[in-house]
Amino acid sequence: MDLKEKVESIGAVDVMACVQCGLCSGSCPVRFTMDISPTQVIRLIQLEVIEEIFSSNTFLTCSTCFSCQIICPRKISVTKIMEALRQIILRKGQDLINVGGIPGEELRKLPPIALVSNFRKTTA
Amino acid sequence: MSRKADEGSSVPKVKIWVMGKEYKVPSSFTIMTAMEYIGYRFKQGIGCRNGYCGACATFYRVKGDYKLRPALACQEIVKDGMVIVQIPFVPAKKTIYDIDKLEPSANAIFENYPEVARCLSCNTCTKACPQNLEVMEYVQAALRGDLEKVMHLSFECVECGLCAMRCPAEIKPYLVARLARRLYAKYMVPLDKRVRKREEEIKEGKFDKELERLMKMSVERLKELYEERRLS
Amino acid sequence: MIKVPYYPGCTLKTTAQNYEVSGLAVARKLGIELIELPSWNCCGVFPSLANDDLMRHIAPIRNLIRVKKMIENGIIEDQYRFVTLCSMCYHTLKEANLFIKDEEKLKKLNTFLEEEYKGEIEPLPFLKLLQVEVGFEKISEEVRKPLKGLKVAPYYGCLLLRPREIGIDNPESPSILEQLLSVLGADVVENPNKTQCCGSYHTVNNKSIVVRLTYDNLIYAIKNGAEVIAVGCPLCAFNLDHYQVEVKKIHFDFKIVPIVYYTQLMAIALGLGKESSGLELGLNYVDPIPVLKRFL
Repeated sequence: MDLKEKVESIGAVDVMACVQCGLCSGSCPVRFTMDISPTQVIRLIQLEVIEEIFSSNTFLTCSTCFSCQIICPRKISVTKIMEALRQIILRKGQDLINVGGIPGEELRKLPPIALVSNFRKTTA
Repeated sequence: MSRKADEGSSVPKVKIWVMGKEYKVPSSFTIMTAMEYIGYRFKQGIGCRNGYCGACATFYRVKGDYKLRPALACQEIVKDGMVIVQIPFVPAKKTIYDIDKLEPSANAIFENYPEVARCLSCNTCTKACPQNLEVMEYVQAALRGDLEKVMHLSFECVECGLCAMRCPAEIKPYLVARLARRLYAKYMVPLDKRVRKREEEIKEGKFDKELERLMKMSVERLKELYEERRLS
Repeated sequence: MIKVPYYPGCTLKTTAQNYEVSGLAVARKLGIELIELPSWNCCGVFPSLANDDLMRHIAPIRNLIRVKKMIENGIIEDQYRFVTLCSMCYHTLKEANLFIKDEEKLKKLNTFLEEEYKGEIEPLPFLKLLQVEVGFEKISEEVRKPLKGLKVAPYYGCLLLRPREIGIDNPESPSILEQLLSVLGADVVENPNKTQCCGSYHTVNNKSIVVRLTYDNLIYAIKNGAEVIAVGCPLCAFNLDHYQVEVKKIHFDFKIVPIVYYTQLMAIALGLGKESSGLELGLNYVDPIPVLKRFL
């Protein structure tokens, strides 16, 4: 299965519907810390340029805020595209966070919701 | 007891598979006794033989059924068509903590077992428990700091480890429960006044003479005293 | 007193007890008894966005079944809905309902659950319940200590409003929280970034993101004169509350403001006293008492 098919199957999205308008990147609150924009990531998926997608931090930075999803004029869920990219890594059994490396004093302070939501996004 | 000797005897037998090999064993035996019957000598995965220590953790499946079922080998009677494997050891991480430095809260659980936050509430742990405990309920209670509930629901846990082997989130429920019970006992149960009084008495030396007398006694005299003891 | 089933979620029992204490007290005053589910499990926020992920939907659906059981056991009558205070829990539970509109998925999930679920139960955030069941008019009639002169800025966060099929108000310009704060008598201050993400799960190991977003989300409200920020989600509250100290290390003139749950302000305005506001639990990191004491 090629990357586009995988993303479309996990996310139930139509990646080819994207016309590269850039609204998703404009509305993304964490765009400032991403290597490449969400718009660019979608273009790379359309073109099957796999390595550049997974060596960037874009899909790891996504905070699942759905801002992109509601603003997309083509009604694409960009959030689900980012999640699908995450799942491709996680389903290989690779964690995206070192659970053992979280300092004890952090674990003592953090609300359960922070750990639960984080581990949902970063652990396999 | 060799198998040849009672071939043809009228003891009812069932067919079981151990490590993939087929055997016929008396139908009234436990898994543990059956394995010893066929020639296995336990060096690991054995302890009290009484369903209390959790050493003989076992998974089995009965032919015709697809489900894996948990058991304690010393308690579970063999069934016809049973396929058996044992889990004598669970490679769980041994967390080292100073109970004096922990608070009786959910955060003490997270500090030592952050993976508890991964619980999917899938109930696989409950299905894996040979003691029929409500494992998922107590893991969820630990996740929200309800240590008393954990204590009540996990009290009969023998720490066999089967729940940990099946958990998709790699949680070790029995270790989480152990920490919760320790925290509960230390911080949430008022210390019995009589225990406090006894502690004081010991510190004051009330029992020093008695202890010295016993320590100076010969082994024979100690044995005599033990045999003659009265439990009032 | 109408009885409504109530799903707390993990955090309301631990670091956000102030939200629960004030929420329950406010509900009682307004004639609603929130009855906690006798048995519930962590909803497992975030909802899984993968189309084929059934396993991670077991947790929220199990809770929906438990509400059904409350009705079957006669604890609740005729209520096919329940309330949550936490926005993230609401979102996850609502998403599960939408997920199982697919018959195939529902059928498969039902084989793993102890009881069959058909999608009968609706989750509702407390804020929405206040709007549609109690009505903001009724609330204004119950106000005893109007928060006159208190400059409050609302902060919604993401999961209460987005995506549209789950959100309870217009995701781009919501007004439900402002309406509520107005009837409490407060001076509502505009917060242009009131719907921008707080950074959510990055608070565990990518803190610089949360620092930057905390600044962004609060700076304009503060410039508009906000003395206190009203929130409805325990993770937003944690992030905004704890990270202002870090923001100040970068922006030396940043004015740190207290973060409170809207139910805490309601408890004060309805005259329920300091204890019912949950302020005494010490869980609000930036102390709100200096700003709120004139109403206590």
